[in-house]
Amino acid sequence: MGHHLFPPRGRRGRDRDRALASLFVVPTVAYVAALILGPMVLAVAFAVSDVTVADPTFDWAGLAGIERALADPVFWQALLNTCVITSLTTSLAVVGGNVVARLMLARVYGRWLVRLCVLLPWVTPVTVSSVAWLWMLDSVYSPLDWAGRQLGLLGVGESVNWLGRPSTAMASVVAVQAWRLTPLTAVIIMAGLVSIPRNIYEAARVDGAGRWLRARFMTVPLTAPIVAVAGLFCAVFTFSDMAVVRVLTNGGPTHSTEVLATLAFRRGIDGGDVAQGAAVALFLLPVLLAATLTILGLVRRMVAR
Amino acid sequence: MIPARRAERARRRQRLGGVAVHAAAYAAALLGAGPFLWSMITAVKLNRDLYDPAHSPLWFNAPPTADHLAYLWRHTAFPTFAWNTLWIGAAVVVATLLLATPAGYALARLRRPWAGRLGMAIFLCYLVPPSVLFLPLSRLVAAAGLQDSDWALVLVYPTLTVPVSVWLMMGFFSAIPAQVEEQALVDGCTRFAAFRRVALPLAVPGVVAVVVLSFVLCASEYLYAIAFVSPTAGKVVSTGIPTELIRGDLFYWQSLQGAVVLVAVPVGVVFNLLLKRFVAGFTAGAVTVA
Repeated sequence: MGHHLFPPRGRRGRDRDRALASLFVVPTVAYVAALILGPMVLAVAFAVSDVTVADPTFDWAGLAGIERALADPVFWQALLNTCVITSLTTSLAVVGGNVVARLMLARVYGRWLVRLCVLLPWVTPVTVSSVAWLWMLDSVYSPLDWAGRQLGLLGVGESVNWLGRPSTAMASVVAVQAWRLTPLTAVIIMAGLVSIPRNIYEAARVDGAGRWLRARFMTVPLTAPIVAVAGLFCAVFTFSDMAVVRVLTNGGPTHSTEVLATLAFRRGIDGGDVAQGAAVALFLLPVLLAATLTILGLVRRMVAR
Repeated sequence: MIPARRAERARRRQRLGGVAVHAAAYAAALLGAGPFLWSMITAVKLNRDLYDPAHSPLWFNAPPTADHLAYLWRHTAFPTFAWNTLWIGAAVVVATLLLATPAGYALARLRRPWAGRLGMAIFLCYLVPPSVLFLPLSRLVAAAGLQDSDWALVLVYPTLTVPVSVWLMMGFFSAIPAQVEEQALVDGCTRFAAFRRVALPLAVPGVVAVVVLSFVLCASEYLYAIAFVSPTAGKVVSTGIPTELIRGDLFYWQSLQGAVVLVAVPVGVVFNLLLKRFVAGFTAGAVTVA
């Protein structure tokens, strides 16, 4: 390292720094290894075993558990649903996040309150806000249905069973996921927007670049990597989430909103078949790995600039 | 003449833009807070007002009542859930600070060649979700004899908070000018004393941000809490509200919505106070790993 922040302190001082650095990171590294990396390996091991809650001894079962998962039509339904929900949610949250990030930075009266309202969906515990949505979607006293009746879209005394039909149930899950994750993408994109130095805009304006040119050739390329990071974070959190589905529909009606995470929980904890739950959860890993590596590359690129 | 007219037009465009931006910002706020506003109205409605489809769900047709909130507080387990969330959150925050503060300092300041890569690796662990880890961790929890104990959550929740907190602390420490510590070292402080007496006090704003974010992450967690702790007395807000106040013969909708508001608003206010700091911390963290 060529660039020294501190004056040379002699050999003993540097050695002590080195010891202190190790002392400071070892507890964290040990914890992460024991409770994240180790269990990740164990998760793969469970998938090729025959472990159940009743018989927790570990026996090699090869690919039998995975084959069993692949033979299950509910698994394919869950995989498809997970992909559909993730791609729709991510698209909505990236578009929404771009808009909301700019609105959070805009000079408006009561900006503090606007930011608070915008952030609420993300900082409130997921299941708690899902309960608020459940009441809106699940009851005949829903304001959505009431508005529909007032506008004449629904007949007198008529109401929509939002969570009782496959198509509207899926749409409801996507709506709630996008609603709760848009603030997260907005905050990440906001971090990207505020990190663009203002003076380059001034320079471009002086050079005669109009609003459109500045947006097209400055803002878009400068924020593209962080927008991608925001989208990937959103995708990872949607892909692996089970709370929204669990509270709103519990996978129903008849597995039409089942996702991999709820299915893994159903098989592994509710059903007690740990190996089968692990086999289902295993299919989350390749997508997460791909997203992680992409984020890593994007952050490298952003920082390198 | 021409410049004057152009300036006039630009001003008008700006003013119109201002109206549109205001409208859009308030619409976004309403979209975000809408379900909570409605929960707030629902929580204080009388039964005969609420359970009448002809009544507007958006306003009161009978005087508001606090009965349902009183019921929530006195006759449900909600206070227990709130207390469990608070103490588990506090314990996890302490554990997170003990792990992440020194690690963030070492990665930002002690110039080890592996610092950048290790910082990135720890951060990426934030992306390993509970739905992958819950089965192996449930085995670990059982082996530790913590099944159905809240201490199981204290043990595993730092997996959610530590990676992101290390990243933030790294950013906050590297934003402190190096000369301040340099001076302390020249004055004869040991490196540890420079960390404790100089760098740490200057990083307090960052520590506050980490405290709040860690608490929010713990309070939001659902999967581990529902998988590892099943007795009512051990449940937290995020598991107790959807399982204990919904299921059953009667739906205490008003009390339930009261609980939603009581949880959402305080968390939102505190988080909003620190928003700028989170934004600064994430950006500084990314610069540090370079």
